[in-house]
Amino acid sequence: MTPDTTLGFDLALDLPQLAIRAAATVPGVGVTALFGASGSGKTTLLRMLAGLEPAGRGQIRLGGTCWQDDASGLRLPTHQRPLAFVFQEASLFAHLNVRDNLAYGLARARAAQVIRFDDAVGWLGIAHLLARRPAHLSGGERQRVAIARALLAQPRLLLMDEPLSAVDADGRDAILDTLEQLPARLGIPVVYVSHSIEEVARLADHLLLMSGGRIIADGPTNTILTRCDLPLAHGAHAGAVVHTTIRQHDPAHHLTTLAFTGGELTVGAVDRAVGSAVRVRIAARDIAIALNPPADSSVLNHLRAQVMEISDDPNPAHCLVRLEVGNVQLLARITHLSRERLGLAAGTAVWALVKGVAVR
Amino acid sequence: MLRRCRSLIAVALLATMPAAFAGELTVAVAANFARPVEVMAPVFTAATGHQLRISTGSTGKFYAQIQRGAPFDVFLSADEARPALLETEGRIVPGSRFVYSVGRLALWHATPGRTLTPDTLRADIAGRVAIANPKIAPYGAAAAAAIAHLGLTDALGPRLVHGENIAQTFQFVATGNAAFGFVAWSQVSENGAVVRGSAWLVPPDMHPPIRQSAVLLRHGADNPAAVAFMTFLKSDAARQIIRQHGYDVE
Amino acid sequence: MTPATSLLSPADVDAIWLTLKLAGTTTVLLLLLGTPLAWWLAHSRARWRGVINALVALPLILPPTVLGFYLLVAMGPDGPIGRFTAAAGLHALPFTFAGLVLGSLIYSLPFVVQPIRDAFIAIGPRPREVAATLGARPLDAFFSVILPLARPGFLTATVLGFAHTVGEFGVVLMIGGNIPQETRVVAIQIYDHVEALEYTQAHWLAGGMLLFSFVVLLALHLLNDRRAQA
Repeated sequence: MTPDTTLGFDLALDLPQLAIRAAATVPGVGVTALFGASGSGKTTLLRMLAGLEPAGRGQIRLGGTCWQDDASGLRLPTHQRPLAFVFQEASLFAHLNVRDNLAYGLARARAAQVIRFDDAVGWLGIAHLLARRPAHLSGGERQRVAIARALLAQPRLLLMDEPLSAVDADGRDAILDTLEQLPARLGIPVVYVSHSIEEVARLADHLLLMSGGRIIADGPTNTILTRCDLPLAHGAHAGAVVHTTIRQHDPAHHLTTLAFTGGELTVGAVDRAVGSAVRVRIAARDIAIALNPPADSSVLNHLRAQVMEISDDPNPAHCLVRLEVGNVQLLARITHLSRERLGLAAGTAVWALVKGVAVR
Repeated sequence: MLRRCRSLIAVALLATMPAAFAGELTVAVAANFARPVEVMAPVFTAATGHQLRISTGSTGKFYAQIQRGAPFDVFLSADEARPALLETEGRIVPGSRFVYSVGRLALWHATPGRTLTPDTLRADIAGRVAIANPKIAPYGAAAAAAIAHLGLTDALGPRLVHGENIAQTFQFVATGNAAFGFVAWSQVSENGAVVRGSAWLVPPDMHPPIRQSAVLLRHGADNPAAVAFMTFLKSDAARQIIRQHGYDVE
Repeated sequence: MTPATSLLSPADVDAIWLTLKLAGTTTVLLLLLGTPLAWWLAHSRARWRGVINALVALPLILPPTVLGFYLLVAMGPDGPIGRFTAAAGLHALPFTFAGLVLGSLIYSLPFVVQPIRDAFIAIGPRPREVAATLGARPLDAFFSVILPLARPGFLTATVLGFAHTVGEFGVVLMIGGNIPQETRVVAIQIYDHVEALEYTQAHWLAGGMLLFSFVVLLALHLLNDRRAQA
């Protein structure tokens, strides 16, 4: 039986401009995104988990261990909590080269070593940087080193505060690739603060939605993303995340077929082995709805679906339709006119025409 | 209106008249003699109409400044040596140098009501004894000579601390950091009586006289006010003020 | 007669040696005592932090002779320091090397504390937080992270503290008593030379001091420049 690594917390902190009252349980494995607008208290909550906010009060429990329980006067200082923290901006020690930065956490690890120096260096691709000083690294390189340093501290909990916000687009994509591989390797909870829906969609299995210092929704990423009663479904980037596996490649047409419980999706060639897990994102504006399977359309992907819910969109011309395909929820943004013409209502059986799938 | 303006101008002119005829001089005074000069100033002005500007400081610094052309008219030194040097260097009006006062040395203790004698230093062997630096201050040289005359040079040697000038020496004793000090009689007496702490006036035959010379500097050669002040210094009025402040005159 | 002895008398050499000893002792003590004070000034949110900041800066504007006079009074038999030393069975402080060290500590305090304080402020809280999340206890973090990062500040503090103590005159004048090998430092020796019209000796000592100060400040700039480039 694997040990319990669930993170539970119930925290409060009164700031001049914001009162934080946040309680949740975070799954013991995988990435949990802490998502919300700026000023919603994400970073502060993350810092409270790390013990970096002296005025923060409440309870924190990781697995069977209590880190903080102000009711009984228990409060582990930050350096005694087996966690690691990746800060938003470069936080490498300027007086140490990359190797010594990495060694800093390793030498002070509070848990038995499971991640070896060479592993972390290899995963993050920073072997060629070891002798350099932080001043001579690019923004992306710095965050790679910071992430490797965090891993080498042998954390039982990894906290990341918008680690990619200071990294340019190319570097961000490369690091996201690396981060996607991490959860499987670590077996610990990762709490990842972000306000980028793209990052959340790619990385997070679980999502805590924060607003005004409170956690207003908590659940599997796709469930939260597609809930019409939450603001995420109404943003310009609204959409769903679907977990698929690679079924087959079609080299002749440079296409790959992905399978999931609701059917198949044919997308541009994905450079991974058959059977690999691939997470894709389907934007609400990229789904059209038809009552019958279109016989002659350029759209490749037609999925049999059922209308679950229809709600208004901020744009008065549009409405938002939640569809269920297999056991997966998708969102489609269509005009009210189309809804009327097709006579859509909850329970209507339809075809979802998927015009675009984002594989990354 | 015009008439009123005219009369105002007339009043203004009248007010500036004495200043236009009366002169002004700047006198550089060794710090120890600052107080008597301040007392003399109004007397001098009343007698001659001239104004006195007083600059006080250490004799050594004044000497260096005068060498480099400082705009003083009269120099009241704390010693004889530096006025003599200035004369050799041709920086004074020839023949103007004279001894305007002779300082008196006192053994001093900050607490009033004690009878001090040379034996006090032999008997009371606790605490420091402050003297002015003999190398640079005439009162220090006099103190060292008096100590030698009393045969106490070896006994007091380890207890001596040096003030850079006679004011600082006084301070060492006044703050209690030194038990005794050889200070200027002028610092502790008024009209011949001790007014601060307890003191013993050291007989003048125990040390070389602390003669202080005054000179008319080249800068003041053509200044009637400066010439007048040199004359005033030798007057009975001035000599009386000097004596009241604890100095002898020759 | 060797050139060295013709230029500098044994008393001058004693004064130089004493000055270096005083400046060295003062600087080491100030770094030890000033660092915790600088830390507190950089991080405390106490309301009277402003008061302490002002007190630390006071020697910058107070005429040294005034400071020296108050020290003379405080160290005297009726002053608070004097009573303490007497009660503790210690030697009275005026006219002693220890007294000069105490005076220099106060006199040079801002020159050591302020650069270190500013370095701590410039570093900010982040490196400490990072170190804590990597498992470093506060003292460990201080020595392994903060101290190396604050190095330029400490360098400035050391050089300024040392150089400023070397140039100290007013305070020593007031509390020193001009005792050879105990309290007669170079600045006093130069003053005495000037007052005694020994201008040649004064020139040699003063010139030496000028050169020393220049070299020290030049070295400081070169070291900081080199660091900035590194």
